[in-house]
Amino acid sequence: MVAETDGIGGTRLAVLRGQSPLLLRRTGPRRPGGVTVHVVGGAAGPLRGDELRLDIEVGPGASLELLSVAAQLALPGRPAPASRLTITATVAAGGTLRWLPEPLIAASGCDHIAITRVAVEAGGSLLWRDDLVCGRHGEGSGDFVADTLISYAGKALYRHELAVGPRASGWDGPAVLGEGRATGTVVAAGTGLAAFTAAGRDLATFATTGTTGGSGSRAGSSIGARGGRVTGAHAAIMPLAGPGWLATAVGADIRTVRAALDPLCLRPAPVPV
Amino acid sequence: MHPELHEHGPDEVPHTHPEPGVDPHAPLASDGAPRALRIGIGGPVGSGKTALVAALCRALGEELELAVVTNDIYTTEDADFLLRNGVLPAERIRAVETGCCPHTAIRDDISANLDAVEDLESSLGPLDLVLVESGGDNLTATFSKGLIDQQIFVVDVSGGDKVPRKGGPGVTTADLLVINKTDLAPMVGADLSVMDRDAKARRHDLPTVFLSLAQDKAATPVAEWIRGLLAVR
Amino acid sequence: MAGLATLLLLADGRLPSGGHAHSAGLEAQVSAGRVHDVASLGGFLQGKLATSGLVSAAFAAAACGDVTRCAALDDGLDARTPSPALRKASRAQGRALLRAGRAMWAVADLGREPHQPVALGALAAAAGLTPGQVAVAAAHGTITGPASAAVRLLGLDPYAVHALLARLAPVCDRVAATAAARSGDPVDDLPSAGAPLLDIGAEHHATWEVRLFAS
Repeated sequence: MVAETDGIGGTRLAVLRGQSPLLLRRTGPRRPGGVTVHVVGGAAGPLRGDELRLDIEVGPGASLELLSVAAQLALPGRPAPASRLTITATVAAGGTLRWLPEPLIAASGCDHIAITRVAVEAGGSLLWRDDLVCGRHGEGSGDFVADTLISYAGKALYRHELAVGPRASGWDGPAVLGEGRATGTVVAAGTGLAAFTAAGRDLATFATTGTTGGSGSRAGSSIGARGGRVTGAHAAIMPLAGPGWLATAVGADIRTVRAALDPLCLRPAPVPV
Repeated sequence: MHPELHEHGPDEVPHTHPEPGVDPHAPLASDGAPRALRIGIGGPVGSGKTALVAALCRALGEELELAVVTNDIYTTEDADFLLRNGVLPAERIRAVETGCCPHTAIRDDISANLDAVEDLESSLGPLDLVLVESGGDNLTATFSKGLIDQQIFVVDVSGGDKVPRKGGPGVTTADLLVINKTDLAPMVGADLSVMDRDAKARRHDLPTVFLSLAQDKAATPVAEWIRGLLAVR
Repeated sequence: MAGLATLLLLADGRLPSGGHAHSAGLEAQVSAGRVHDVASLGGFLQGKLATSGLVSAAFAAAACGDVTRCAALDDGLDARTPSPALRKASRAQGRALLRAGRAMWAVADLGREPHQPVALGALAAAAGLTPGQVAVAAAHGTITGPASAAVRLLGLDPYAVHALLARLAPVCDRVAATAAARSGDPVDDLPSAGAPLLDIGAEHHATWEVRLFAS
């Protein structure tokens, strides 16, 4: 998928090509400056042995929002090596990419790896969301590894692996997810964050000053502090060492995670020119 | 790595320090001036350490470049007391967390306190005096000589007039023993002359002063003792 | 090459390197009620080993193997430590460790506040230890620190906690071996296992008015 500027303030899709199970559809109303594309699951999966790939290129000045129509369900399938989804994305200077898919559900017995490599050039902007549900209702989690590298201006900004499931030591202990069976992250990269997320207007200052101050609770309280950038008991927004921030939430189910992260992903109201 | 935080010139090439055992960064302030006199203030919980620090800040704050490091077990409690009482501006106070081990932070692993003292010196410029207040502990807590130059041990009369006789490293070896809250002596039945006699027996030539911060808000004998130390530096 | 006694010096909890004031995220999880006994401490330590233990061991081994990589490794740890409270705690401990290390050996210049694993690796190199050895010290340190904090915070039976540490020792060795084997990889490919609750807990902890540990 390649999004580029149409030269008159809008964005056009120079390439939009997909095959089952990753079909791509341009959707939604035409917005000034940007296009929206939905990933439409063309088959069940990913199943063990699947090797899937999604390449996204956002050119200078282009604005692309990627959504998905339904949750991805990683399933056991046949005895085979781990299924793998590799996503690469590049965002050029002045370009904006918002990746806001539905959650991945790691069904019991699945063996799935998601590799994400995003390179944002200096002057580009990124909002990258990943939600995960560990197992369907009433079942244990399958094995899943998220392996993520987001770089800005050629330098690693956020490098993170999360492993859940029977093979991941300590994943359901109090250091990693505890009792939580859903988790989500939003990474924002770039210096002009205020322009493309409603929360970014508020967070832009935060990301540059790096303060997490605020009134706190007393030790011994079962609920953490609510002041500053600590958004509820099991979520936090953190300014990264480089230009950007990470919001992380852990919850008993995906509703808790959505409640913490959705407000950060709202598109800002259009600013009159 | 952050070159801007580095203590060498920003344009210097990376280099090693070939003398193990010598920390070339530590002892001197950045402009080469002699480092501040560092005085540790220790003593049991409730003996009046923080009140003494506040009094010393009021007494000496005008005439000296002064800063304070607190080691309260509840981290910022003492620093907040000093701030609330307006005895010292916030930038001259650092609080150090001690992980439930106040004596460790002043004796066995002094790194966090050294870092706090050095941060004060680098942010405020050359200082005359740094007071390091320990978290309230027991009679065995003393400061490492790697952290401070002189130490004051504070006990109070309400702990009983037997405290000096019991001794312990704090009472026995501190450079100055302060027996505080003398105004309470009649009420708790403490005999000051017994305390004086026992302190002399334990401490030989080391000085002991009696103090009532309720009556002497400038902690005069302690402030005088510090002025004397600074005069001979 | 230095011997085991030198390695034990580096791994000793009595090394004056500031560790006693840090709970490695434990205090936040105790307050949240997730760690309350020896069993839940065990789950916490397993998660620590698999995430920050593996990362610390790999970065310490990498720094030890080639001290000229220290600046790049320091950046790599920044990218792996999204929580500003944890970056601050790691740099404070790196600074304290460097102070102790300089008193013992001729340590390469790392700036004022390197991340703790980078400082540990550089100290090990200066002491003549190998990447494999320092990886063990790093992995061991990621569980002994919070274990000691748990004894102090929860009043757990110290014998039961040490029995737990003994059970985890072989896991520690395996994590260290994995870390050392990957320590020559490019920085972006080094382990990056993260733990969401450690990040979130550290941010909550940093806002408390009253806490016993620095992190």
